[in-house]
Amino acid sequence: MGASLKHISYFLPSLAIDNALLAQAYPAKTAQDLFDMSGVHKRHIASEGVLGSDLALDAVTSLVLDNPNFSLNEIDFLIFSTLVLDYNSPTTASVLHRKLGLNPNCGAMDLPQGCTGFLYSLSLASAMISAGNAKNVLILLGEIPTKAIHSDDIALRSIFGDAGAAIVVSENQTSKIGKFVFGTFGEGFDFLKVEVGGGRNPINSEWIKKYDDQELNLPYGRIEMNGFEVLRFALKEIPALLDRTLLMNNISISEIDFFVFHQASAMMLKSLQRKCDIPNEKFISYFEDSGNTVSCSIPIALKKGADDDRFKKGDKMVLIAFGIGFSCIGTVIEW
Amino acid sequence: MEIIDFIKVIEEEFEDLTPGTLSPDSVFRDMDGWSSMHALIFVALIDTTYDVLLTGEELKSCLTINDLFDITNLKMSSGGINA
Repeated sequence: MGASLKHISYFLPSLAIDNALLAQAYPAKTAQDLFDMSGVHKRHIASEGVLGSDLALDAVTSLVLDNPNFSLNEIDFLIFSTLVLDYNSPTTASVLHRKLGLNPNCGAMDLPQGCTGFLYSLSLASAMISAGNAKNVLILLGEIPTKAIHSDDIALRSIFGDAGAAIVVSENQTSKIGKFVFGTFGEGFDFLKVEVGGGRNPINSEWIKKYDDQELNLPYGRIEMNGFEVLRFALKEIPALLDRTLLMNNISISEIDFFVFHQASAMMLKSLQRKCDIPNEKFISYFEDSGNTVSCSIPIALKKGADDDRFKKGDKMVLIAFGIGFSCIGTVIEW
Repeated sequence: MEIIDFIKVIEEEFEDLTPGTLSPDSVFRDMDGWSSMHALIFVALIDTTYDVLLTGEELKSCLTINDLFDITNLKMSSGGINA
């Protein structure tokens, strides 16, 4: 018994900040400057007090509306990935389980993994289904990176956006989800992090005073990114990860119909496409209208590609994600 | 690799640059609108074109296009790909 992607939905907050609006906060920059910097036309911003789990619930609503034959009663395992959990404990997955009224025999766990959160969740869902431990796994993703960006960090503000996503992975006679390969490069910790806000460096009065001029004093910490080192990591490790992914799945690059990478930034996508020598028609990029939505970016790209009728049944796709940690993960799926 | 080819690759990458604008002695940080993003673009361009991944220190040590060319050539010839 194998697993397949059954349903994908996503949700973007209604407030969208385009470059003209964002440029008002940076008099030295034009809207064109911001586009040139980021490759993003607009990014969506969650309202104050809205957490990733709320956006994930909105994505579930979309999923149910889009798939009238689907019932949440079918779900026997829930995985939630985000960078900002609702509570230190219990798990936010438990909170979502209650809000969704899922079956009491359903497992629920958090997987806070950043940009690789979707594929990590997918690897777990696939393994659980293949082992016979679950039949229908609901993966929920919810990200509010814009709430952890300092107003001075113009590059981050131009690139990141908030989003939620909901994906159902189900039992299938033949597996449509291939084997996964992983990578972790802990030395990358300092180059991409949200260092304050956890148990080691909790938000304290000093922090609140320091960020008194920021929205809610940056209550979820501050994203710090060394873009140069993140780029070096991706250029060095992702082509090798792609090779390992293909090898692990016993498939050649010419047999792949589409490549869907984490939608990190326009420049990153362009560079990786070049480095991996992937033709335009096979390289999926849906970055301009929602930016980098952390773990939600690949599901959003898959759903947009499907809505645009770019994929047909049986298409082979490489999915690759990379990000904070540094971590990276790859797999091959059949659409 | 000749420096004329290296300059051509750079000029093709930056759409705002008029061909013939750059010379080996051009200080790349003096390019119009230079920002940290341009540094990323340079590093990505050199890596994807020549399979040479410059470090931050190496980039900092370069002032001119010729400096970039030299260090790229050096790393290519020494097999220091992705060092």
